[in-house]
Formats: sequence, structure tokens, C-alpha cells
Amino acid sequence: MAQVLTSNRLADGDVVYWRAGDWVPALEDAEVFAEESEAKDALAEAQLSVAANKVVAPYLFELRGDGRPVQEREIIRALGPSVRSDLGKQAYAPTLPGFAGHSYAGATRPLKGEVKNSDDVSI
Amino acid sequence: MTTTLIKNGCVCNDDYTFVADYAPLPEGAVVVTLTRLRRERGELLARNTPLGVKLASDQSPEALGSDLDHLSLVVLEFPKFRDGRSFSWARLLRTRLCFKGEIRATGDFLYDQLAFMVRVGFDAFEMQGSPEAFGRALAEISNVYQPSADGRKTILDLRR
Amino acid sequence: MYRYDEFDAAFVSERVEQFRHQVQRRLTGELNEDQFKPFRLMNGLYLQLHAYMLRIAVPYGTLSARQLRMLAHIARKYDKGYGHFTTRQNIQFNWPKLVDVPDILAELATVEMHAIQTSGNCIRNVTADHFAGAAKDEIEDPRPVAETIRQWSSLHPEFSFLPRKFKIAVSGASHDRAALRFHDLAVEIVKNDAGETGYRVLVGGGMGRTPYLSYVVGDFVARPDLLAFLEAVLRVYNENGRRDNIYKARIKVLAHTLGPDEMRKLIAREFAEIKAAGTLQVAEAERKRIAAYFAPPEFDVLSDETPHSADPDFATWLKTNTHPHRAKGYAIATISLKPIGGVPGDCSHQQLDALAALLDDFAMAELRVSHEQNLVLPHVRKKDLPAVFARLKSLGLATANAGLVTDIICCPGLDYCDLANARSIPVAQRISERLAARQEEIGELKIKISGCINACGHHHAGHIGILGVDKKGVEFYQLQLGGSAAEDAAIGEIMGPGFGEHEIVDAVERVIDAYLKLRRDGERFLDTYRRIGMEPFKNVAYLEQLHAAH
Repeated sequence: MAQVLTSNRLADGDVVYWRAGDWVPALEDAEVFAEESEAKDALAEAQLSVAANKVVAPYLFELRGDGRPVQEREIIRALGPSVRSDLGKQAYAPTLPGFAGHSYAGATRPLKGEVKNSDDVSI
Repeated sequence: MTTTLIKNGCVCNDDYTFVADYAPLPEGAVVVTLTRLRRERGELLARNTPLGVKLASDQSPEALGSDLDHLSLVVLEFPKFRDGRSFSWARLLRTRLCFKGEIRATGDFLYDQLAFMVRVGFDAFEMQGSPEAFGRALAEISNVYQPSADGRKTILDLRR
Repeated sequence: MYRYDEFDAAFVSERVEQFRHQVQRRLTGELNEDQFKPFRLMNGLYLQLHAYMLRIAVPYGTLSARQLRMLAHIARKYDKGYGHFTTRQNIQFNWPKLVDVPDILAELATVEMHAIQTSGNCIRNVTADHFAGAAKDEIEDPRPVAETIRQWSSLHPEFSFLPRKFKIAVSGASHDRAALRFHDLAVEIVKNDAGETGYRVLVGGGMGRTPYLSYVVGDFVARPDLLAFLEAVLRVYNENGRRDNIYKARIKVLAHTLGPDEMRKLIAREFAEIKAAGTLQVAEAERKRIAAYFAPPEFDVLSDETPHSADPDFATWLKTNTHPHRAKGYAIATISLKPIGGVPGDCSHQQLDALAALLDDFAMAELRVSHEQNLVLPHVRKKDLPAVFARLKSLGLATANAGLVTDIICCPGLDYCDLANARSIPVAQRISERLAARQEEIGELKIKISGCINACGHHHAGHIGILGVDKKGVEFYQLQLGGSAAEDAAIGEIMGPGFGEHEIVDAVERVIDAYLKLRRDGERFLDTYRRIGMEPFKNVAYLEQLHAAH
């Protein structure tokens, strides 16, 4: 199965993906390893950026044939919380092939009772 | 980096030699394991040189019994810095067992733990780092809330 | 509420600078991640799925208007405009940057708040009954005891590297609103036959992989001896707790392996010695100094009349969300953070600011955070209730569901948490939407949802508990029935195989429909379950069994 290498940046915790020896923020830009050996090599190389205090605990995960991660966890990391479409990477741009929002209907609303502008609070 | 012995805040020579369980005993001050102390108790106590024992983190100093009276050093080992049992062992040595000799830390412990270790009764540290760094670690938090083996005045005392 | 003196203020400020130094050493690589992790956790900082998460203590659940405004400010300046209230009287921010955390902590220190020991293998922030100082059934306000324990446990030199975390809760009332039996250690304020006030101490409760209810190890600990007794318990745990297996390292495993007799014997030995040394005695003067900060406000002499409002929703809210107060003419009001279909426990920066204004405008000094992820106004004049309700309604904070089926405790789950196996929040949202219209008819029913076995959503203690598990990459949900975190504490019983994400809400609804058919007059779901057992519910929960029966 195809794999992608991911980590969180040390300084701000952001989710990042490996691409040609460096880290990029979007899963759609990540390097996809078709071969296990390529994936292992990238993981070994990424230890240098752990040692350089750039990222924390990199690891590999698997993609399905259509390019979506196998695990729900990685879909959520790539997009942001499934319950808040205004947060995380999904707030800026689609980061999954064919992405049209999380699968839960009605689950992607902003925080209930939230007032968009503090001037709107009638007190 | 090399390991130095910091005792009472200063770099010290280590007068003791640690002796493995079946190695021959050298002249002078030695540190042995609890196993060897038990096995060669008579011989070890009869030597007229300072004697220390090294305890693993799962060995309570209470196991030493009255032999503690003949010891001038207890070395407490930190196999991992997250293993906090030796904080209680040091405290017991000082408070319950009234041990007046040296309590030395060895193994995996960090700068950030030194202030705690001094509070519970450690006075010697086999560690990397300078006496200056050691001093800084102790000065990070000025006052303490709870009494411990160091007999420091607590915030509660200072409020009175 | 408690106010820092010069020593407390200096302590917290120095702790901030100590952490700033630790962060610097991490960024330069002097500390690696394995070394840094325990230290960042001891300051409430996690690395989660999307970002770091900072857990800030709300000591014994009490917040002032000034502190609410600071939390709103932090949500705006350093985070994404909201915070999440947890089941242990904390507020979590989900998006702070590591490099900003020392500044966040420095800002918090200016309003006497911190994140000290909100995580890590140490004595965690101490929680207390959220109705403290207001409840009708209270013997004594538990917060002075909680504050005394907070001080004693702060950077405790002997107990900062325990086998595992250690959670303490304190209550001074006859009803348990602090989930005492599920804590590592619980302190109950009690009176003995001679009329003296002292403490009953319980040890060994917990949820997680192996849930246990605690048992009593100290029937009546005299007032001055409380810290000596706690130090004895902690020493027994630090020396004897398992360190070879993280899943067996909590005191609950030690307590239930040794049994009450042996546990009491070990504690008694340490206690006798610590007590004899005398250095840990809680001096009466210091106890009174702390207690004075928690003296109740001077209550006005008011009419006890039930207030009226033209708003038809007010009567429902009054019935579900207000509770008896010890002073005439006053009420306790629950501010629900469980809007129908919303994220349980989340609160926006606008809401935090507006709540601060509410406190000011109605001359209330504080609000509370409950372990059920709601907020509480402890002292509301009954005559103000309609106006308070109207204000809350305009803020989206007047959902009339305290204790009802939509008042769901829910962990962040896989939407945020690195440890989670399944999402919790969407399940809570859909149950809430499905059952909202019938919640008054259903009555008291506590649903609690966790996204993994660690049980942050207290599923073991839910009348209906839901546990999310991962089955080959797919989210599955197990049902448990019959748990309770109140004075009738019990661990829920697992029903059977799990349900898929599209079945779980239907299954819960079928269980509740069965309850509505089977209940006797006045029975809560929990009472019916205890009377008739699992079988009738199991028979309707699984579709296959339903079909087989027809």
C-alpha cells in the first residue's frame, strides 16, 4: 500500500508531511511512496530533522487506492476536526483528493451560540 | 560529556570505588551492591575503610536494617528519570532512618529534578554539568510549600 | 475566592520562568522530546493531533470575572477563539504554539491562574463540588481543603514522579457531585459522633482500562492531620505502585491487589510517623486564613418567591437548570454548555467575555466549572433569574437540559486527541439532536461518551456509557448501562458487541424507548435498569435480535 510520512512541527505543533527532504503543510503536496523501501528510507532521513529540533516523532501511514488515508485519524489530521469545518487545514483549502467535507452530515457547524462579532452581543 | 561528582554544590573527587559483585575488593573506600553486602557482610563490616552500598530503585533502604549504622554512603540509582521511587527512599533514609552519611544519586536524572532531589535528602550527584548549573537549578523556585528532609522553612512557616 | 499572597504569586511566576527555560532548552535540543515530555505535561501541555493543547487549571472550579476575561483574551490572542471545559475543572485550548506557551502562562499568572500539574505523573489539580458554598446539603465548603491540598501538592519534591497520575477530589456535602468514588483519592468532609469536623478518606477509584470504585482507608482523619494522612498514602503509592506496566500503575491497581486491610496497615505505619514528626500539621490559624477567603458572600434578605417571566422557555429552564440554595431567596443556576447538537464543553471567547459581564452586572463574584462540563452560577438572587435567563439565552447559553439526556459528558475524541480510537463529539451531537424533543419526558439520564479506553468521557459512570473503539480502522461504539458517578456510584455493565457509527444513535434510542415502556412511576433510567437488569435493553438494542424476535 502507498505510504506518506508525517509529523508535527516542534515549535507550533502543526501537522506536516514529507516531500523531497523537507516538510510541507498539505497532504495533497506530500510525497507518496509506492515502495516500502522508499518509505523506510524517508523515515530514516527524517530522523535528521528530529535531531535538528524541527519536528516530533515522524511516522508513516497508508493511503487507499483513491489517495485518501486508510485511517480516520489521518483524514482528521489532514483536514481538521470533523465537527468544526472552520478549523484546521480544511479552513484554508481542500487537502484531500476529491475532498468535499467530512462524512458526518450536519457535524460541521461552527460553535453553537457563537456570535461572529463581539459587537453583536446584545447586553 | 564526562560525569563529575557534585557534592554539597562543589565538584568533588570520588573517594569510593564501586566494586561489582564478584570482583576482588580493592583497598580503600568501596561501594557494593545489597547482594554483596548480604553475602560478605562480616568481611565488609570488619574493614576499617568507609563502606557504601548501592541500591536499585526497587530496593528500600529499610532492607539495610542495622547495617546502615556501618555505612557512610548510600547510592540510589535512577534507572530512568521517570522512576521516582528514590525520592521516597532518600526521604526515608533521612527522616525515618536518621541516616547522616552521604546520599548519592546515580543514573538517569535531569537538571530539572535536582531541586527536588536536594529537598528529599540527596547531597551528592554523579552528573554531567557544572556546579554553576547545579546552583541555578536550585534557585529556580525560591520558596516551597511542603516540609521535606531539608528542614527548609516552608511558605506556611514564613506566613506565620 | 482564594487570593494569592506574595508567596503564592512569586511561586507561580517563578514556575512560569522555569517552564520558559525548559521550552528554550527543548527548542535548542538540550532536552530531547522524551526528556521534555514529562516536564511539559506537568505544565499541562500536550501534543495532540493538530497542534499542542494547553490544559489550564480552574482550581476547585471557581472563576472570577477577571479570570474569565483573561481566558477570553487568551482564546483570541493565542488560540482560535474558544476553549473547552473538561471533566476535571480545567479549560483546554486546542491550538497554542509551543513558543507562545510561556507567554500564555505569564498572562495567566497575572490573574492567579496556572497550568501546574494539570497533567503528568504527579498529583493533579484538585477538584471540588461545583456547588461548594451554596448547596443546601453541605456540611462545609470543601474549597479551603482543596486549596490546602493544592499548596501542599505543588511541586512536591517526593511525589512529582509517581508511577502514574494521581487525582484528588473533595466534597463537603451529602450528595456526591464530585465523582468521589472514581478518584485516586477522595476527601469527604464529615462530622463524627462528638460533632467534630474531620475527613473520610477513600483511595483506589478510577476509570480507564480497569475501572474500580474507591474504598475507605481513613474513617475519620482529624483536621490537623489531613496532609500527614495524604502524604502517607502518596508514599505508600510511590514506593509500591507498579512501574513495570503503565496499565497497572495507578493506585487503584495497588489498592485492589493489596486489599483494604493491607492498604490501611501500610498507610497507618507511614501516617503514625509523619504525624509524630509534626511538621505537616495543618495549623488552625492557616486553615482559618484560607477558609476566610471562601466565606460566603453576605446574602441579602430576600423573598423566596418563585420568579416569573413572560418568556415561555423560562419555566422549563427554571425547573431543569436551577437548584436549591442554602440561603433564602437565592438559587444555584447551571449554565449548560451542551446546546442541542453542539460540542459539549466548548465556549467561545465572546461567551467567556459575556459571562464576565453577566457576573459584574448582577453583582456575582464568581462562577463555577462542573465536572459535567457545564458552568454554574452559585449565588443568583431568585428575583434576578428571569433577567439572567434572558441574558444567557441571548448568548446561546440557556439550554434547559441540566441532568437530562442531552446534557452529555463527552471527551474530545478523535477530532482532537492523539490517544483516541474513535470520534465522540459527533455521536454526542447526533444523540442530542435525536432526543432533544423528548428529553423532559425521558427525565434524568446521564450519557457519557469516551473515544478510547482511557475514559476521559467517564463512560464507565454513565447511566448510558458509550465507548469508541477502533475495529480495523473503522469506528465502533460499545454500550454500557448502569454506571453512576454520584453517591450511588457504580461501574456500568458492557452490553455486548459494539455498534457501527451509523447504528449507535438508533441503538441508544431503542434502549431509551424500552425504558419509557418499562419504567414505573418516578423511576429514572438508572432505577429501572437496576430493577430489571441488562436483558430487556439488550433485546432491543441489536437490530438482528429485534428481527429475530418478530
